[in-house]
Amino acid sequence: MPRARALARALARAVDATARVALDGASMRATCARTMTKPNDARAVATARTRARAYSVGQMVHRDVPEDNSTMTWTFEASVRPKVDAILRRYPSNYKRSAMIPLLDLAQQQNKGHLTLAMMNHIADVLEVAPIRVYEVATFYSMFNRQKMGKLHVMVCGTTPCMLRGSREIEKALEEWMGVKKFETTACGTFTLGEMECMGCCVNAPMIAVADYRNGVEGYSYNYYEDLTPQTAVKVCEALKAGKSPRVGSQIRDKAEPIKGLTTLTGDPSGPFSRDLDQIKADVDAAAAAAAAAAAAEKK
Amino acid sequence: MTRLAVARKASREAYKTLFGARAGAMRAMSAEAAPNPDTVPVTVNGQEVHVPKGVTVLYACEQAGVDVPRFCYHHKLSIAGNCRMCLVEVEKSPKPVASCAMPVMPGMNIKTTTDLVKKAREGVMEFLLINHPLDCPICDQGGECELQDQSYIFGSDRSRFTEYKRAVEDKELGPLVKTVMTRCIHCTRCVRFSTEIAGVQDMGITGRGNQAEVGTYISKLLASELSGNVIDLCPVGALTSKPFAFTARSWELEGTPSIDVTDGLGSNIRVDTRGNEVMRIVPRANEEVNEEWISDKARFSYDALKRQRLDRPMVRGSDGKLQETSWEFALDYVAEKLKATEPDAIRAVAGKLCDAESMISLKDMMNKLGASHTTPEGMANVSADVRSSYLFNSNLVGVEDADYVLLIGTNPRTEAPVLNVRLRRAVIAGGATVTSVGPNADLSYPSTHLGDTTATLEEITSGKHAVCEAIKAANNPMVIVGSELLRRADSKILLKKIHAMCDELGVVKGDWNGFNVLHDAGGTVGALDIGFVPGTSASNDVPAKLVYSLGAEEFDAPAGAFIVYQGHHGAQGASKADVILPGAAYTEKTGTYVNTEGRAQVAVASMGPVGQAKEDWRILRALSEFAGVPLPYNTHEQVHRRLAEVAPHFAKLNEVEATLWMNGATYAHEKARKADASIPFKSSVENFFMTDVISKTSATMAKCTEARNEMNA
Repeated sequence: MPRARALARALARAVDATARVALDGASMRATCARTMTKPNDARAVATARTRARAYSVGQMVHRDVPEDNSTMTWTFEASVRPKVDAILRRYPSNYKRSAMIPLLDLAQQQNKGHLTLAMMNHIADVLEVAPIRVYEVATFYSMFNRQKMGKLHVMVCGTTPCMLRGSREIEKALEEWMGVKKFETTACGTFTLGEMECMGCCVNAPMIAVADYRNGVEGYSYNYYEDLTPQTAVKVCEALKAGKSPRVGSQIRDKAEPIKGLTTLTGDPSGPFSRDLDQIKADVDAAAAAAAAAAAAEKK
Repeated sequence: MTRLAVARKASREAYKTLFGARAGAMRAMSAEAAPNPDTVPVTVNGQEVHVPKGVTVLYACEQAGVDVPRFCYHHKLSIAGNCRMCLVEVEKSPKPVASCAMPVMPGMNIKTTTDLVKKAREGVMEFLLINHPLDCPICDQGGECELQDQSYIFGSDRSRFTEYKRAVEDKELGPLVKTVMTRCIHCTRCVRFSTEIAGVQDMGITGRGNQAEVGTYISKLLASELSGNVIDLCPVGALTSKPFAFTARSWELEGTPSIDVTDGLGSNIRVDTRGNEVMRIVPRANEEVNEEWISDKARFSYDALKRQRLDRPMVRGSDGKLQETSWEFALDYVAEKLKATEPDAIRAVAGKLCDAESMISLKDMMNKLGASHTTPEGMANVSADVRSSYLFNSNLVGVEDADYVLLIGTNPRTEAPVLNVRLRRAVIAGGATVTSVGPNADLSYPSTHLGDTTATLEEITSGKHAVCEAIKAANNPMVIVGSELLRRADSKILLKKIHAMCDELGVVKGDWNGFNVLHDAGGTVGALDIGFVPGTSASNDVPAKLVYSLGAEEFDAPAGAFIVYQGHHGAQGASKADVILPGAAYTEKTGTYVNTEGRAQVAVASMGPVGQAKEDWRILRALSEFAGVPLPYNTHEQVHRRLAEVAPHFAKLNEVEATLWMNGATYAHEKARKADASIPFKSSVENFFMTDVISKTSATMAKCTEARNEMNA
């Protein structure tokens, strides 16, 4: 796609986003509407277009940009350092690199949801490995983001059970409500809509997970919201945006019990039961006491 | 240890056993040598073989003479097991197994010709070809591509894949390695090479699944002196040679076995020519010298063989300019000068890249004229009396046995990158300690820099330094002296001390000789071996009136001296000359070179000299005729016989003759004095890419220098 057209399309999308000002009270300048990808980068645009099929986000090579380049430095905040040390203590000193994933995760929490080159370099320093070893890990795992994220990262489960229970509709509803396409960030920077593979919640399908980067490492949360409908999914996000804490877990039941009440195991169990170990123990003790008493009486 | 790690270790051990340097006796351990308690019997396609315990199934197949296709497996690298091409069937195993990663079990029944194996390989090939572009006609790997070859056997003639092929962005790895990453099949050989062998952890796999890419993630050129080897390792056309790109097809080339002269190792190379033109240089495997690697300088400086060549005899005219002339005139002119000059005023200097044949011819002619002032370039001060005093006595393979290495005035990474691979292995795999007195450089493995002054060295040689205890405690301690130390004016004073230390601290003991000199050019040891050093009667009392430079670039010539330059490139040396006799470069003459460990090897001429240039010993033979002192040899065989007469090891090509250690007697006559403390030790190689007249002329090497400078800036 010629660059001009790409730009036009990106701008159109921006205007589109601006039209849905209702989303966020904040003023929305067109420049703010820049999505995660840089429209002036032909390849990035191409990636954005095919992104619907890609699970991990972004490119697999780094390009120096003003906000993320090889001249920058970064370190863990002083308040986070005890956590870093605690993580490092878990592993023997000759297997320091085992701490790579926890440290990357911690760094990502500190940096409002994404990793920069400087952060990866710093972690390589801490772990005494070559930087490329960190880049490899950071690009491999889709939960590490290497581009600026919204403060709330909403991940819709797209795997079969959730899909059969309506995750596509949830996704559509969220896209509409946020005014972005999947893998994009809202103009105001509050939400990034993403997709995730099975998060092990199939019994309460469909579900979304939300990573909350608003409050740094201390206030970081990664919560599941389950048993959703398109309406409740939007409600959850609305509540999050308003700074409230919507109910975590299932939205309609306690845990994962059947919705219409128990259908089985409703009465008392009919047996056979296992042995009553307490009774056996009491019997044995009594027998032993009786024997001891008998022995004592005989002695007398 | 995991099963895989055991298999890896055992494979490596087995490899050492079979191909290692001291393998002669062990080589007998083959199928017939059973029953050996350390071997296990396995059956490959019905044939029983006995292989060492713990080796891989693939190794067993090779032992049985059964070829197993593979992409990711390479015997010099760790096992990855990710290409799945080497699948074979093992009886009682429910699935085909990846033979490169599976250790053998006693009694294993391995089958490689069954339908299951065929189907498995065809399946793997089909997957590999899904995303591989069909650009063989414009791919430089075409004709020598492992994927192409194997797809002839296992590939389908049509594709079932109807979607788009993926495309991957090309990576910029510098001026030597061209990348077409869409062709990459993710075997990770290049990643493992740069991590394990070259010791520069720059390459890796980023992304996952369909988005996985081999690269450096950040834009970074491959900062290794060995980067060119990834071209050979790449089984497809993803990494190819940038200077060679689109210049020739592999089947048009004719390969000639030759010897690299750009450093002192004598790496075995193959010079690929088309007609009278060198198209590329690739390594030949020689386990005892260069294994399978060569340095970038050896591989890529060949473009200089077509630049700035001296292709016709020239004489400096009365106007001070060099003018073309005929061979007859030039030879006659030089001969007259030689005859007219008193012998004591004649100097002969042999350059760093000279073959032994030309040097013995020059020396014989000089001696016949009564002149004996012959010196190797830059080494006026070196004694050639005792071979052990200037050779790499531990041998190159011996480096891997070393457990303590003291580097003196050398940076092996730039002076001999391929040797540095062995040093790295000694450190990483063998746990050796490396300390250095001299340049403080990143050697690509951990090392301790002790200092760069003679004071530090004297502290060690006098036994006062803390490292002395460590050297004494080591089983196989090793000292490597750089060639720059031999060029120092006080080299003999230093060497006397180092020799004494070697005896004192047990660097030389029993059958271990840990005293080593690392030379930095292909011709130096040959010169010393034939005694191309000032004779006993030579003196500097009479100032030089005639200097005969055999390819030497840097030599002392007083003003007014008549200078003859015989060589192949018009550079520093030729610019000073009064007469230029055009000689042949190392690819254009059959010549013998002795490497730093004293191994004489023959480089075969891959083409004729350019223009009117001639093979160097022939020029000297003709000149001797003109000068009235004809040399007694007319063929290459006869010159070579003469070499063997002077130094018997020339008769034993490709072998290393054990040297005699003189227990300190070598420098006994030298008075103990203080070394010149004002000059620090440094490496003889400041810019790895430009060390001799060929590499200094090379445009590719200039590009590399520029790229390296930019990177360091």
